Amino acid sequence: MSDEKRPAVGHAGSGAKTGAIDSVEELQEVAERELAKQAEAKKRVFVCMGTACQSCKSDKLLAALSAEVKARGLDGDYQVTAGGCQGNCAEAPLVTVQPEGEMYHFVSPDDASAVVDSLAGGASLERLQCDSQSPFFTGQKRVVTELRGLLNPEKIEDYIAVGGYAALFETLGKLTPEEVIEQIMKSGLRGRGGAGYPVGLKWDMVAQAEGAQKYVICNADEGDPGAFMNRSVLEDYPYRVIEGMTIAAYAVGASQGYVYVRAEYPLAVKRVQNAIRMAQRNGLLGNDICDTSFSFNLEVRLGAGAFVCGEETALIASIEGKRGQPRPRPPFPAASGLWGCPTLINNVETYTNIVPIMRNGAAWFSAIGTEKSKGTKTFALSGRVKHTGLVEVPLGTPLREIIFNIGGGVPEGHEFKAVQTGGPAGGTIPAAHLDMNVDYESLVKVGSFMGSGGIIVMDDTSCMVDIAKFFMEFCMSESCGKCIPCRVGTAQMHQLLDQITKGEATLDTLATLEDLCDVVANTSLCGLGQGAPNPVLSTLRFFRDEYMAHIVDKTCPAGVCTIGNHETGR
Amino acid sequence: MRVVTLTINGQEVSGHDDRTILQEVRAHGGYIPTLCHLEGLTNIGACRLCVVEVQGARKLQPACVTMVSEGMVVSTESERLSKYRRRIVEMLFAEGNHICSVCVSNGHCSLQAMAVRLGIDHISLPYRYPKRGVDASHERYAFDANRCILCTRCVRACAEVEGARTLDIMGRGIDSILIHDLNQPWGESTTCTSCGKCVGVCPTGALFHKGSAPGEMVKHREFLTHLAEMRGAR
Repeated sequence: MSDEKRPAVGHAGSGAKTGAIDSVEELQEVAERELAKQAEAKKRVFVCMGTACQSCKSDKLLAALSAEVKARGLDGDYQVTAGGCQGNCAEAPLVTVQPEGEMYHFVSPDDASAVVDSLAGGASLERLQCDSQSPFFTGQKRVVTELRGLLNPEKIEDYIAVGGYAALFETLGKLTPEEVIEQIMKSGLRGRGGAGYPVGLKWDMVAQAEGAQKYVICNADEGDPGAFMNRSVLEDYPYRVIEGMTIAAYAVGASQGYVYVRAEYPLAVKRVQNAIRMAQRNGLLGNDICDTSFSFNLEVRLGAGAFVCGEETALIASIEGKRGQPRPRPPFPAASGLWGCPTLINNVETYTNIVPIMRNGAAWFSAIGTEKSKGTKTFALSGRVKHTGLVEVPLGTPLREIIFNIGGGVPEGHEFKAVQTGGPAGGTIPAAHLDMNVDYESLVKVGSFMGSGGIIVMDDTSCMVDIAKFFMEFCMSESCGKCIPCRVGTAQMHQLLDQITKGEATLDTLATLEDLCDVVANTSLCGLGQGAPNPVLSTLRFFRDEYMAHIVDKTCPAGVCTIGNHETGR
Repeated sequence: MRVVTLTINGQEVSGHDDRTILQEVRAHGGYIPTLCHLEGLTNIGACRLCVVEVQGARKLQPACVTMVSEGMVVSTESERLSKYRRRIVEMLFAEGNHICSVCVSNGHCSLQAMAVRLGIDHISLPYRYPKRGVDASHERYAFDANRCILCTRCVRACAEVEGARTLDIMGRGIDSILIHDLNQPWGESTTCTSCGKCVGVCPTGALFHKGSAPGEMVKHREFLTHLAEMRGAR
């Protein structure tokens, strides 16, 4: 790859022992050197190396394109490089050409020579052209994904060239920890992991907590069905997450941090590990960062795939090497977390928002979004929607806008039925509420939940009882088994839902189910159990007639469930 | 430690802020049902039977791990709480295979006593009838997984009091099961000291002395309080 030729600062494999970046001037020097190198080329060609594109052989495409360019002796003119996610993952693999911003989709490795032809001004490639001015792109507002994936996620110079680490130098050089927390508080940023707790308040609690040793943890144990925002952000912008964590550590007085990422995200793990190594090599992690007395070390901890480890106390137990089970709060991790020390624990997306806030100011950030929900939110659009992928919109954007304008609506002439947000603890929102604004409070009002940001669109081919059963099965198998209501309750509810979908239920079954929902939601120990009845409650609220059809008429209106000996529906 | 005033079921009482709601309620002669709690072991707030209503709290609070504070208003009994407690105990009966008439602990069982106390006369949930085994490989004790309610009192007694850490839970959710060492037969365990503390703290007939006939297995738990006191004194 062309990377190997770059005499980059501390680049992997370069072997050159280079010094740390200690001052803003040195940082600028690195940025300028990289920008100059980039300016040498007429065009930069980014091949997305995200998980979705790689699964469609974008790695082979990258190799083929590089080889083709080299074979024609054009490698000086066209820099072919790995890039990040463009969002429209359904059209993978994706190639973006800068500076024009031209995009190609569904590019196979065999198309390499045709792509190079068109780069060199040959015949345009209409067959592969992707409209970068379509509503999918123009309808979004990018803050978390503002770099648009147009940088090599593995190279720290690429990140520095687009202004990376300037915020860290600014913060460490000019602000006190109190001033940082004040900024975050003023910005109105709320936790992006789901519950939406004010981030500034949490930081302040950890900063105020007594203790010589404090920890910062990044929760990257994303496990909701249909959610892949954190994976994508970690894969594309690992340096930015790390920079955000470093600022957080400075603000709360922590010297050690952990990124807890699930092992099912091998690419994200690799990228974060690489980014930590690069940041260490350049003195941006470790001792005396930016030539100040501030020290911060970061390590990766792998999750073994238990969904409950996304719950903060279970996650902490898992890092400690114990069984990943939640414990009752209080004490909250801010007071007593990892190894009994005050611990700050935030989601990937929360940390990603820190750098833009520090750079552009709290007022800029709080101008985006609604009164109580500031900023933007990334959503993973999936299910029965034309443009499945990763989108980012300001909080308060109408649901209809996200699904129909950006997402392109339901494909193949089917009719929109409902949308599930918030994962297994979330709820199902019917067509009648499509004009609601997507923010923390509005979602709770309709019985759903922001969650980490998965949006699953369902059309008339989905049976709502079956959907509820699916999520209950998920909760049942992901319950840790510590508390009785969650361990037994989810299994009982699943059994009852199974009876309903098989047409073996009576109205008594429904009454027992509703009763169990109440018990499990109110007595379970952690969020998993407390939220587990939500999909049932919200489908009952909006689609009770479907439950009735299964129980009384013994039919499945959507034709999904097999009732009796014959299959109903199509 | 500070003396605080709190209200328990409408009655003002004074308490210590280093004690839990459960401790204060019991100290004042009240009753809160518990299964996973045992004096002398760490509280884990897992059985959820001790949940109480605390004014101002959005959720129900487990009394065994919630510390009392000045001005706290606690209510330990209500129709809603009774319903939840009954349902939770019903869940336990439906989860395992609890057949009292043939159980060694019949008449001396905490689960059975709890059902009586809470007025449970039938189980309204479908029984799951799991296929679980019995481990009788140990010389003196036996483990019947069918009667285990996964309260982990034995796990904690083994780790915290005996320090052997022989017992633990394997699997998760409804498939959770108590194991010895790395899921070996109890008799082949290399860490078990055969002290019998696990048998003593077990609330049901899941852990018992071999050779006991139905109704014969009377558990003695006083030793734990003695040990805790002695440790505290030291």
